[in-house]
Amino acid sequence: MNYDLVVIGGGPAGLAAAIEAKKKGINSILIIDRDKELGGILNQCIHNGFGLHIFNEELTGPEYADRFIKELEALNIEFKLDTMVITLEEDKSIIAINPEDGLMNIKSRAVILAMGCRERTRGAIHIPGTRPAGVFTAGTAQRFVNIEGYMVGKEVVILGSGDIGLIMARRMTLEGAVVKAVVELLPYSGGLKRNIVQCLDDFNIPLLLSHTVIDIKGKDRVEGVTIAKVDEKRRTIEGTEKFIPCDTLLLSVGLIPENELSKMVNLDLDNSTGGPVVNESMETSIGGIFACGNVVHVHDLVDWVTEESKRAGKGAVKYLKNQLMLQKDTVKTYAGYGIKYIVPQIIRPSNIEKDLEVFMRVTDVFKNRELVIKIDNKEFKRIKKSHLAPGEMESANINVEDIKGAAEISIEVQ
Amino acid sequence: MEEKELVCIVCPRGCRLTITKESNDYIVEGNKCNRGRIYGIKEITNPTRVVTSTVKFKNGLLPRLPVKTNGPIPKRLIKQCVEEIKRIEVDYHVKVGDIIIKDILHTGIDVVSTKTM
Repeated sequence: MNYDLVVIGGGPAGLAAAIEAKKKGINSILIIDRDKELGGILNQCIHNGFGLHIFNEELTGPEYADRFIKELEALNIEFKLDTMVITLEEDKSIIAINPEDGLMNIKSRAVILAMGCRERTRGAIHIPGTRPAGVFTAGTAQRFVNIEGYMVGKEVVILGSGDIGLIMARRMTLEGAVVKAVVELLPYSGGLKRNIVQCLDDFNIPLLLSHTVIDIKGKDRVEGVTIAKVDEKRRTIEGTEKFIPCDTLLLSVGLIPENELSKMVNLDLDNSTGGPVVNESMETSIGGIFACGNVVHVHDLVDWVTEESKRAGKGAVKYLKNQLMLQKDTVKTYAGYGIKYIVPQIIRPSNIEKDLEVFMRVTDVFKNRELVIKIDNKEFKRIKKSHLAPGEMESANINVEDIKGAAEISIEVQ
Repeated sequence: MEEKELVCIVCPRGCRLTITKESNDYIVEGNKCNRGRIYGIKEITNPTRVVTSTVKFKNGLLPRLPVKTNGPIPKRLIKQCVEEIKRIEVDYHVKVGDIIIKDILHTGIDVVSTKTM
C-alpha cells in the first residue's frame, strides 16, 4: 500500500490534519485509528462546551466530531478503523494490523502523528493500599458510562480536579451515584472555572483542596479511602486523616502524550511537554513526520487542537510539494520564569507567511502579572494578564518580521 | 444594595463577575463580553443549564446514544429531565439533531440526538 500521507489517529487532531491536507491538494491520504469509529475521545465527551472558538457555538463532543467526520466523508478521505499501527520507521514505512486486512505494509511519503494522550494511573501516583476492583481512571469510567452503558459505582470519591474529574463528578451524580468529594492535591483546581461551577457547585459536591488519598481499603471491591490534608510541600499532615466510605475511586490525575511510536523512530522529545519537539509547521525532528494535538502537548480546549492540526496538515502538504524551507537559521523558543513550556520549540521564519501563534502553559497560579516576550534577550512585548493558571493554556501571536535573524525568543511571567 | 460574585460559565474563559442589585436593576462587572452580562443577570434571577446525557440504543454497534437539551432548561429541572431521558429507548437510525423527546417537562425545549448512529 502506498500513500502520500498517512495520519495515525482519527480523533480531532487526525481529522483536522487530514481534511486540511486534502483541501490543499493532497489526494492520497489514509487515516488509521484503533477504535471502531472516528472521533476519538470526543465520542465519550457527551457534555457541551466544544467549538466556541471554531464554530462560535456550544457543541457536545460527538457533535464536534460529527462536523469533521461529515467533511471527511464529503472529501472522500480514506480511513481504516479497528486498526493498530505496530511499527513506524524513519523512512515513514508503517506496519499496521486489523482483523479484516491482516498485517499491512504501508509506505508513505509523509506521516502525521495524532495519537492523543493517555491517563496517568494509580501506579503513576503511588497510592498505597489494597488492590480491589472499583479504582478507575476518570476517562475509562467516562467511556464505560457514556459509550458502553455500564455504571461504574454508586458512592464515589474523585481524586484530581482536572476537567475530566469535574465532568465525571456531574455525570456520575446525574446517573444516580453519590459523589462524596473531589479531592485535589494542589491548593487550586487544574480544571476550567466553569466546570467547577456547573459540575460541582450546581450539585453541592465538596472540593477539598490541598488534600490527597493516602489509603485505599477493600478486598474484592473498594470499601473506602482515607484522605488527608497536605502542606505546601505536598506532605500529608498527621492527624488530618479521614476515612470516607465509598465503592469507587476515580482518578483524574493528569494526561501524558502517547508517544510509543515517536520513541520507536527516535524523535526528539521535550521533557516538559512529554511530546515530540516540533517546529512552526508541526514537523518533528525527522523531516516529513509531523505531529499535532495531545500527542504534542495536552490541550484543554479541542478548538486549539483543531487549529494546531490544520497547521500540521498544511505543513505536510508543503513538505510533499517540496515547499518547506529547511534552512539552518532557526529561532528557538525558550520558556523563562513561570512558563512550563512553549510549543513550537523551533521556528523557521521563512516558513511563516505573516504571523505564528505560540502556545504555552504556566507553572503556577499568577494574578495581575504580565507575559514578557524577549527576542535575543531584549524585551519586545508585554501582555497584561489578570489571571494565569496551569490548567488554562495561554497563547501569544508572533509576527514573522520581528523574529527574522533572531536566535532565540523567550517568554516569562513578570 | 445586594452584591453577588459569580464565575461566568458561558465560555471556557470563566470571567469573574460581580453583580450588584440596585433598586430594580442589575449591574454586572468583570464580564469581557455582553453574553457575560446576560448570564450574570439570568444566573441571579432564573439560572438555566443545557443538560446532556445518554439513552439506550438498540441494534447498533454501541449501546448508548448521546443526547442533549437543544436549549437551556431551568436548573431546578435538571434531575427530573435526566429521569425522563433515562426511560427512553431508541431502536432506529438517528442523525445529529433528531428530536428524541419533544418539549421536555413543558419547557418548550426538545431533547435531541448528538450523534449519528
